[in-house]
Amino acid sequence: MPLDLVLQNPAIWRGDQYAKVAVESVPTGFVELDKQLPGGGWPQAALTEILTNQRGSGELRLLAPALVRLSHEEKWIVLVAPPHLPYAPGFESLGLNLARMVLVRTKSDAESLWAAERYLRSGSCAAVLAWTGAGSQQTIRRMQLAAEEGKGFGVVFGPTRNAALPSPAPLRIQLTADREKLQLQIIKRRGGGWAAPLSLNVNRSQRNRIERAATNIPGIYATPTRPSPRLHRLRQGLA
Amino acid sequence: MHLSDFSLQLWLQGLRDPGPAVITTGGNRPEVLSCNPPARSHGIAPGMTVSAAVALAPDLIQRPRDLVAEQHALERVAAWAGQFTSRLSLAQPDALLLEIQGSLRLFNGLHSLLLHLSAGLSDLGYTATIATAPTSTGARLLARAGMNSTVTEIARLEPMLAGLPLILLDQPEETTHMLAVMGVHTIGECRALPRDGLARRFGQSLVDELDRALDRLPDPRKPYLPPTRYTARLVLPAPVYETEPLLFATKRLVMELAGFLRMKQAGITKLKLTLHHEDSKPTIVKLGFAVPSRDPQRILTLLRERLSGLELHGFKLPDRVEAITLVSEETRPLGSRNLSLFPEDRLPEEQRWLIIEHLRARLGVDAVYSIASHPDHRPELSWRVCEPGRNDLEGREAASPRRSSSTAPPPHSSTAPPLWLLETPRRLQVLDDAPALDGPLTLLTGPERIESGWWDGNDVGRDYFIAEDTSGTRCWIFREHNSTSWYLQGLFS
Repeated sequence: MPLDLVLQNPAIWRGDQYAKVAVESVPTGFVELDKQLPGGGWPQAALTEILTNQRGSGELRLLAPALVRLSHEEKWIVLVAPPHLPYAPGFESLGLNLARMVLVRTKSDAESLWAAERYLRSGSCAAVLAWTGAGSQQTIRRMQLAAEEGKGFGVVFGPTRNAALPSPAPLRIQLTADREKLQLQIIKRRGGGWAAPLSLNVNRSQRNRIERAATNIPGIYATPTRPSPRLHRLRQGLA
Repeated sequence: MHLSDFSLQLWLQGLRDPGPAVITTGGNRPEVLSCNPPARSHGIAPGMTVSAAVALAPDLIQRPRDLVAEQHALERVAAWAGQFTSRLSLAQPDALLLEIQGSLRLFNGLHSLLLHLSAGLSDLGYTATIATAPTSTGARLLARAGMNSTVTEIARLEPMLAGLPLILLDQPEETTHMLAVMGVHTIGECRALPRDGLARRFGQSLVDELDRALDRLPDPRKPYLPPTRYTARLVLPAPVYETEPLLFATKRLVMELAGFLRMKQAGITKLKLTLHHEDSKPTIVKLGFAVPSRDPQRILTLLRERLSGLELHGFKLPDRVEAITLVSEETRPLGSRNLSLFPEDRLPEEQRWLIIEHLRARLGVDAVYSIASHPDHRPELSWRVCEPGRNDLEGREAASPRRSSSTAPPPHSSTAPPLWLLETPRRLQVLDDAPALDGPLTLLTGPERIESGWWDGNDVGRDYFIAEDTSGTRCWIFREHNSTSWYLQGLFS
């Protein structure tokens, strides 16, 4: 039997690859990241732990392409106890269908965990994002089980110091913002294997727009004006 | 459908395992009118004085008969039974007449319909004698006699009725008494008497009733007209403190409500449950439903969540609950769903809302919400809280013509807007004329000027910048025109 055929047997795992696990997933929208994730995207029916110390380090833009895709299906996207107000025009500009977004305000971490677990378990939610503060191993396990049961994409946000602690979440990612780019380190994934740190340009689209906008601003205190139609045509011709 | 000892059944409806209980006549020397099986096993019988009964069973609970409540309860049972047939009438004080010929096909035949009916009644906490006969008077006589019989032909009805005692008839007591003195005790014996003599002596009504029972005279009934909303008050036999017995009693009413809704082909959207206390103000529990529903399990789950939520938040019921009232405040038409060929292709539309309601019942209605954008230049006003799933609608409503002048693109038209907004802008420190947030901020783009709101008193004049802090986090900051203070309003995430 030729070696190639033998190696096609799914039971065989080669040390230099992470095992191909048949997981349902939703594409992250970043090709580099998809390649690194088992199943080629954010795992459905599992919990993902995102560890970051900065609020606003790009965690939402990292999840945004997947959320936008999920928001055009019929299930809910739930944000449990978000740290700030989600800015509706901001989410709309990404193409997110706000009619599918549900926000939950809670009084305590215990309530947030309870709500997140209930939502995940219900099976009516495509994604549940929970800012639950200090989640113990036990609570994370409960949420993981709930995600498995409800077939939802669960995300918990935690501080970077949790990276050293073991966690039952099948996918754990550590994030740091680094000016232009988002530095991303997969700490744990299904199928194992060490993953090289990734650096994603999550702000690319935004950056382009800013550059375009900057050319339109004549002076520091002037209101931005629309370019004249002639100039506009000219620019389009150049592009 | 005859509910024997209706007053007793109604009273004990809300209790899981009632002890000995009697309904009394009231007045100075109350007598026992009816008693339940535990009371009977103590040797209590109707007609006994209450003091004698208490001597037999010290833990006896008693209550005088409440005719008004009985009338209301009978009407509610009628409304509930409206799901089986649209043609029904009340036979006061304790029976209902249902014309079921037209509903047989829907319920897969008589046997299955009767099963549905008795199972439903036991969910309500009632036991009834259900008799079917070709005439309504005939059926009522059979039910009153306690015969759970199904007679479908008039020829078979005649011998059955012949054996029934005359006291079951709707005739004055003197008539039956006089006939008894004459040695006439059963309907059969009465019918053997000459008709004209009987009519002359006891009035036409006796002869007519006998004729109606055997279909010799038409038997018109006043149809029952269901009310537009469901209102029920249930007095609890014993005051309760805990949620579980309260839910048990509430379940009875919710079952009735579900029948009422099925009859109306409607689903409930707003429900009010009032808990009446001995001497404090009643506790009101209001439930809202995102999609109309008439599933008693769903209503009960939400009520359970709400009631246990009351306990959870350290809010004890102020006092013992003596009675509960359930009112359907708002209903919407809800058709029945056709069965699907493939069970899995049903959209989880109702399912989807279930979780929202569930969480709302526990965390409060305001705690679960959604947002929509609103055309306004001022970031803090460019969004609105709205009902989940209703964003498009509300957004359009909010964009009223009055505001059309300000429907220009929001301030970040040229850059991507941030994703996080601070509830209130946070004032930033100023170091060397530059804003700082844990270190100096580097301005990346800007300014963009917003001059808006002079017409509604929330006048703002700001210059917005996008800045980056030392750790690389992008912030959305602004400076007010007439001062040099800087504020942080949003975060690009």
